Amino acid sequence: MARIAGVDLPLPKRVQIGLTYIYGIGKARATKICQEARVDVNTKVKDLTEDEVVRIRGIIQRDGMVEGDLRKAIAMDTKRLMEIGCYRGLRHRRGLPVRGQRTHTNARTRKGPRRPIGKK
Amino acid sequence: MGRSVKKGPFVDAHLLKKVHTSAGASSRTVIKTWSRRSTIIPEMVGLTIAVHNGKKFIPIYISENMVSHKLGEFAPTRIFKGHTTKVAEKTTAVKPPA
Repeated sequence: MARIAGVDLPLPKRVQIGLTYIYGIGKARATKICQEARVDVNTKVKDLTEDEVVRIRGIIQRDGMVEGDLRKAIAMDTKRLMEIGCYRGLRHRRGLPVRGQRTHTNARTRKGPRRPIGKK
Repeated sequence: MGRSVKKGPFVDAHLLKKVHTSAGASSRTVIKTWSRRSTIIPEMVGLTIAVHNGKKFIPIYISENMVSHKLGEFAPTRIFKGHTTKVAEKTTAVKPPA
């Protein structure tokens, strides 16, 4: 079982896909990591040799925040916005879209499930 | 797309002049400005700038975290007081014809 970047132990999937189970690694970054570690993207995670796992782990550790660190960094960024009282921070506080999207309709991702209003 | 680094941050010239004079004079006067589009630069830290929101000037104390934001971000132009409830809407709708 391959254990990379803390708690993640991906499945009997291709390495390229398995790596995307780590928070902060998407398909693009996974592909790049495979290339750099000279691992064929089509090998399954369970077929990785110990050596290859070490190489992948090294690359991830070297260039880039993943998992907890990344989550913490993002939380700090939004906290900063909220504290300085700028427009983006106000939007974060109210749980509304931050980047100028419409809120007349849609925006359900930020606003959450619909709340019935004035029903009688 | 972001602004070219070569040009540096944008600050309106008239505001920049005031910032420089008040930073040197150590006087704690509030700078009034309409220039919401100006970037907050490190020289402004510690000053209080009153930014126009379309109606009045909102005094803003500039802290270090605010650098590289625009002044306008700190003076909201809209006030949302919440939606009217159904009941309130009916009573206001009935009144005008009378």
